[in-house]
Amino acid sequence: MPDRHKTKSKYTVDRRIPGAFEGETVTRRRFMTASAHTAGGVAAMAFVLPSVAFALGPIFEEQEQPWQDVGAVDEFDTATYVPKTITIAKGVGEAGKSTVYMRKFDPAVDKEPKDEYNDFIALSTRCMHLGCPVRFVPAAERFICPCHGGVYNFRGEVDGGPPVRPLDRFYTRVRNGRVEIGPRFSVNREIQRFSPRDPGEPLDGVGQYLYPSRPSIRKLPNT
Amino acid sequence: MPKLKLPAPPIPAKLNPRPARPGSTKTGPLDVAAEAGISAVDWVDERTSISGAARWMMFRKVPKGTNWFYTLGSSTMFAFLSQAVTGVFLAMYYRPDAAGGAYESIRYINNEVFLGEFVHGMHKWGSSVMVILVFLHMARTFFFGAYKYPRELNWVIGVALLILTMAMSFTGYLLPFDQRSYWATIVGVNINGTGPLVGPYLSDFLRAGPEFGATTLSRFYAIHMLLIPGAMAALIGAHLYMVAKLGTTAPPWIKADSPVKKEEKA
Repeated sequence: MPDRHKTKSKYTVDRRIPGAFEGETVTRRRFMTASAHTAGGVAAMAFVLPSVAFALGPIFEEQEQPWQDVGAVDEFDTATYVPKTITIAKGVGEAGKSTVYMRKFDPAVDKEPKDEYNDFIALSTRCMHLGCPVRFVPAAERFICPCHGGVYNFRGEVDGGPPVRPLDRFYTRVRNGRVEIGPRFSVNREIQRFSPRDPGEPLDGVGQYLYPSRPSIRKLPNT
Repeated sequence: MPKLKLPAPPIPAKLNPRPARPGSTKTGPLDVAAEAGISAVDWVDERTSISGAARWMMFRKVPKGTNWFYTLGSSTMFAFLSQAVTGVFLAMYYRPDAAGGAYESIRYINNEVFLGEFVHGMHKWGSSVMVILVFLHMARTFFFGAYKYPRELNWVIGVALLILTMAMSFTGYLLPFDQRSYWATIVGVNINGTGPLVGPYLSDFLRAGPEFGATTLSRFYAIHMLLIPGAMAALIGAHLYMVAKLGTTAPPWIKADSPVKKEEKA
């Protein structure tokens, strides 16, 4: 279809539009149409943008991970794990609680570098396949997931099944003879610390770039 | 005059109303009452011209060979309507409170509310019925070749409706807030998280944070009962409009009459 406006001049004066003045190119009809659309767009964005930001806000908000007392230093040894309950989400009662398996750092078993945050090893019960709760089976000295058969060894490394990385851990510290559990962190095959990732997200190789860390949850800086 | 003729009451003939004289057009209250329905419809139609649209929608020509398989679409729609109605009434008793109120309110619906278990059961089992009907309807469309030109856009809308139905199933599964709901949702959200690059942010969005927290349940509830149903209702409207606009297809085993044959018949 040929553009019939092509042949016309862009000046309203040349097009003999009543009330046109010198140098005017935008007709009043076009101007009114554009302003009505702009006003409508501004009005719609005034409620759409805040609502979307409201729904997306939690992605960018860092969640507080306070240190929690879990017991006296002498409750834990190097031979086996002791289950402890901590709160990982506030205000939801039982649904916000999670079990953590704890033992003392054992230089004969643990090869990762020693620092102030790993006098005690605290393993999360969150399976790194899809997040079901694993349990420690003392006879097998293994962590076993009931959902899809993930198996982890004594250090929480993957022994078999679908999990993509070792069990998450928590920072621990000792204050006045009491053991405290701090923020969560994820580990790769070498038990290096990474900002927490969700289950099913590998951290070896390109994994840490394919599954970037999120602003909502971070490991402690410089650890 | 209305066509409706009521039987004469068993009273003495003298008391019966006299029959109308030929040529008289007097209408009694009975005649007005008999035409009340038509008058009301007329009143609305005169102001909206809606009868044309209703006729266009309902009295369509359908091709030869149309059969029971063609009712799967309406069956799906009625499954949706059933979910919508039972869902609205479940919302009268449900409380999206992750600290225990949600589970307690579902227990209350099932054990205390009159017909509560029935309405909850309709909604729970109806969701599976709807998913099954969606797939049967989709299979009918596929095997009858009804997705082809000019109906591709309707297929695309249908796929969007399928995805929204799945999203409804996913968000609705959490609401009873028992062990099964909770862990199924943890697993489902983590499956979302395994998408490269966007996955971690998507699961943060679904949970409203890095952990399953206080607002996760209300977020799922809002998505389940407000966001998706609205989108689905609008898309079902578009889907139906296009069915009426384009008409339905004949089954593939019906051969179109060739012009020669048509002449022979005539």
